[in-house]
Amino acid sequence: MKNLVIAIILAILVSGCAREEVDYVSVWHWMTDRADAFDELAIQYRDKTGVEVRFELYAPSPSYSERIRAAAQTDNLPDIFGVLGEKRDLASFINAGHVANLSGYMEKPDSTGLSWRDTLFPAALEINKFREVNVYEVKEGIYGAPIDIMNIPMLYNKRLFERAGLDPERPPLTWDEFIEYGQKLKQAGINVFSSGFGETWLIESLAYNYAFNIMGEEKVLDTFRGDVPYSDIGWVHTFTIFEDMKKHNLITEDSVTMINRLAEQQFATERVAFSFNGSWCVNVYRGMNPDLEYSTMLPPKYSDEHNMVIWGGAGSSFLVNARAARKDEAVEFLRWLTADEQQAFLSEETRNLPSNKDSLDLIEEEILIDFSQRMQHITHPNVWPVTEEHDIREAMNRGIQQILIGERTPEELANRLERLKN
Amino acid sequence: MNRTTKDYVKNYLFVVPAVLMFIVFSAYPFYKIIELSLVRWDGISPVMQFIGLDNFTHIFTSNPTWWLSVRNALYVTALALVFQNGLALFLAYIVDKDIKGKNFYRTIFFLPPILSGIAVGIIWNWILQGDYGLLNQLLIRLNLSGLARSWMSNPRTALTSIAVIHMWQGLGWGFLILLAGLQSIPRDIYEAARIDGACEFKVFTKITAPLMIPTFFIVSILTILGTMRIYDIIVATTGGGPGYHTEVPISRIIATMLGSSRFGYASAMGVVFGLMLLVISIIQIKMSKKMERT
Repeated sequence: MKNLVIAIILAILVSGCAREEVDYVSVWHWMTDRADAFDELAIQYRDKTGVEVRFELYAPSPSYSERIRAAAQTDNLPDIFGVLGEKRDLASFINAGHVANLSGYMEKPDSTGLSWRDTLFPAALEINKFREVNVYEVKEGIYGAPIDIMNIPMLYNKRLFERAGLDPERPPLTWDEFIEYGQKLKQAGINVFSSGFGETWLIESLAYNYAFNIMGEEKVLDTFRGDVPYSDIGWVHTFTIFEDMKKHNLITEDSVTMINRLAEQQFATERVAFSFNGSWCVNVYRGMNPDLEYSTMLPPKYSDEHNMVIWGGAGSSFLVNARAARKDEAVEFLRWLTADEQQAFLSEETRNLPSNKDSLDLIEEEILIDFSQRMQHITHPNVWPVTEEHDIREAMNRGIQQILIGERTPEELANRLERLKN
Repeated sequence: MNRTTKDYVKNYLFVVPAVLMFIVFSAYPFYKIIELSLVRWDGISPVMQFIGLDNFTHIFTSNPTWWLSVRNALYVTALALVFQNGLALFLAYIVDKDIKGKNFYRTIFFLPPILSGIAVGIIWNWILQGDYGLLNQLLIRLNLSGLARSWMSNPRTALTSIAVIHMWQGLGWGFLILLAGLQSIPRDIYEAARIDGACEFKVFTKITAPLMIPTFFIVSILTILGTMRIYDIIVATTGGGPGYHTEVPISRIIATMLGSSRFGYASAMGVVFGLMLLVISIIQIKMSKKMERT
């Protein structure tokens, strides 16, 4: 009796720890908007190659992140997965041996002589690339395949521009013009600007756009390195942007704590003239208001000294499990998924910008072309050689919220960041 | 093996599943979180660096945001203890009387708790929004536009707004438990008191309240533990802002864990927070026992 009980308990424990062997390529993802398109592509791939691919959706993204981390701990990652977060997180997965280096596969030419890398946007690959010398001590290589690209520009509503007597084909180019446009919109009873600043990464993105515009990339990165103080006038000017927004009543009060989905709803339902949002919004706005007439613009320049840049690059990327039994099949599937035809299909179904260069020519939707033209102005923290510590960035984002509610001045925030940095 | 030992073993075998579940889902995670709180670890790397009590030292000496988040949670908890439970008791007391449609009220009051915090947050976003929110529209129609504001972005009202949303959602639990408590009081005690000429107030203070002390104790413990762990409503409404005005301990732990990948430090926060809840619960148990005795 005793032995039987022990045997049963051991059997349960051993079977619980055993890795499940499956006869398909497993993919875990978090992209609810792309679930149906992925399933359709999996069917197409099975019909073409006989290899079964199963996409499993785990949403929302925080739950997905937790699942991936837990799977990494127990060595139960699927064949293909994605890592959400910063480059530091991707580096941790790579250093722990969970992610395959795709460099060899990327360089290998196909029957037409083109390598996989040649077909993809360099900016999209850049986010998954680690150079020979990097702060994360990751071996040089390309560790992910981008399945789409994105950028985060400013958006404006053409119809609301017309209602305020503004030229819908001529958005503001400078900060002073933006304030002027804002006054005219307000006179016409139209809210000026809203964004999901409750999700602080949007604040961070806009703040760094202006930091680059005012100080230039090198000076911003030197601040991260500790060579330039946050009390520098360039940073004070960067934070003054947000003080101006409050002073001139350009931002809706709700924006400070608003989640992005609500900000998207405000813009889509024409309650606000300007927004700051990423190219994924095309599908969202279409769902909320198919008649919305809008266009993209770079954030209006505060300074003429440096170019205005916006965040962009790979939208979502898939990685291959370095320990996967079906590693080669997984890589082959990703190569097929990022080929022009499949990318065009994904773009048409989900209205995201494709990561394949040739697919971009197949796009017909005007607003997507508009977004794609902004790709020449992109940058992203994941491609910077150095990034700022999370605590400092969080303090900056929260501090900007405090500026927007009048609790802090730009100088106070700059000094606080400098104290934290030291 | 004689018969007595066999019975003894058999009896223990019945307990084994529960003990195993306790070890796997409670004791082991508890041990693990204490172990993690003593290391520096990013949550992925196979290497953990032992750093002793450094994480705890930092929490107690150099992390004002953490203590601010604790203060915020205590504020919401205090409001919930007084207003949520006060209103729950009032409603349970009314429904306990023989009023018409009391099953209907029971269902209505219990609807908010079964909604997810995210859904509740989104509903209240529509109510409390500054420009188009229902509350402000109502205030404007009542000629009280001076009171209208962006409730969740205003530093003076953000945390109280969160507390109101939380109380709205949590009211149903307290209501149900208090109603069950009221219904367990024998009716003949009330009848005897009324025959003796006791008024409604005296009946409540001399009979209902003393007999309800164990129920009050359960409700208040659940309120404290539930409110101190508030998180999902904040994610769906303010994200912890504006500034740090609606940060709570769980949001700090998650930001530390997933935002900055400091799993060791987040675990230490979890241990500190767990101990705080334990101390509060022990104090409350002692107070409740003292009240029961007197």
